[in-house]
Amino acid sequence: MAATEQDILEGLGKIINEITGIPASEVTPEKSFVDDLDIDSLSMVEIAVAAQDEFGVEIPDDQLKNLKTVKDVLTFIQN
Amino acid sequence: MKIPDIAPGGRVLAFGHYQPANVVTNDDLAKTMETNDEWILSRVGIKERRVAPDGESLEDMATIAGGKALAASGLSPEDIDLVIVATCTLETQIPNASAIVAHRLGIQAPGAFDVNAACAGFCYALGTASAAVRAGSARNVLVIGAEKLSQWIDWTDRSTAVIFADGAGAAVVAPSETPGIGPVVWGSAGDKSDAIIIKDRADYLRQEGQTVFRWATTALHPVALEACSRAGIDPSELAAFVPHQANLRIIEAIARKLGADQAVIARDIVTSGNTSAASIPLALSRMVERGEVRTGDLALVLGFGAGLTYAGQVIEIP
Repeated sequence: MAATEQDILEGLGKIINEITGIPASEVTPEKSFVDDLDIDSLSMVEIAVAAQDEFGVEIPDDQLKNLKTVKDVLTFIQN
Repeated sequence: MKIPDIAPGGRVLAFGHYQPANVVTNDDLAKTMETNDEWILSRVGIKERRVAPDGESLEDMATIAGGKALAASGLSPEDIDLVIVATCTLETQIPNASAIVAHRLGIQAPGAFDVNAACAGFCYALGTASAAVRAGSARNVLVIGAEKLSQWIDWTDRSTAVIFADGAGAAVVAPSETPGIGPVVWGSAGDKSDAIIIKDRADYLRQEGQTVFRWATTALHPVALEACSRAGIDPSELAAFVPHQANLRIIEAIARKLGADQAVIARDIVTSGNTSAASIPLALSRMVERGEVRTGDLALVLGFGAGLTYAGQVIEIP
């Protein structure tokens, strides 16, 4: 069974918390990584690598720069 | 035809290093480009770096570092049969640095060649030197990593100008009855040759930061583990881990995955910046000088950089 958006959001929140220390509860779909969560480009790479391990979806660097919000990542992983 | 008997091992007799006197702090850089101390510290972990003035060349730095290692080794210039300089930032392509440095140190007519494996260069040169002394191609080898990255940096590009720096480190390698330099594990990923590049003579060093960061934090800990395995040791036996001083976050990510819990992790980048092929011998030499490692300790060195190239081996501290 494919993971639901809620499952992915929870998984992503856990990953972001482990990498940046930001509480998982703050990781909500409308948040911008740079403007709202203050996550830098290298942490984004770490998140992409961890997300690949967790969800089995590769997020290449050239796609990564287009993923500006949490919702963007959720959509990318689901598709 | 006959060939010499293979010596059981090679070992490092001594290290030496040199850094330019000129310190450039993050606040200094903030005066000329859009950056600040907090931004640089959080992304690359550098507080300050050394930059050589116009009149101080790569060969000058290499000569001083090499001379110090030679003096500390107890050997004389006439004992050295081969000089290898690892560098990727020569001012011109011809001549090489190694023959000039050898001449200045009074080493008479040694074999002399440069290695360009970028930031992995010192580990390539060390592996080559160890093979040379074991095979009898040289009695002793002077290995130097030296870089003047400042002359290939665009000082308006904050993504590179805050990272790279100048310096030199050196080691004297001799044959040994017991192995003091483990087997080198080396390789490359030429599909990513654009990731760190100087495109032409008019260009400066450019780096795709995210690509390099992803590669370095995911592809290199297996190389580190392989180098330990080939040397027949467990990472828990390491007293020091000295990776190329690329970026503090890369260093700490590889160290976490290596699991060398007892090891001192080299963090020379904080005050020296990223000096490419010089960073490993520079960091090691400074660790020896500060007493952070002792004679007989095992250290894992791991170089990685443009090419992309990588190499690592376990060495015994002299």
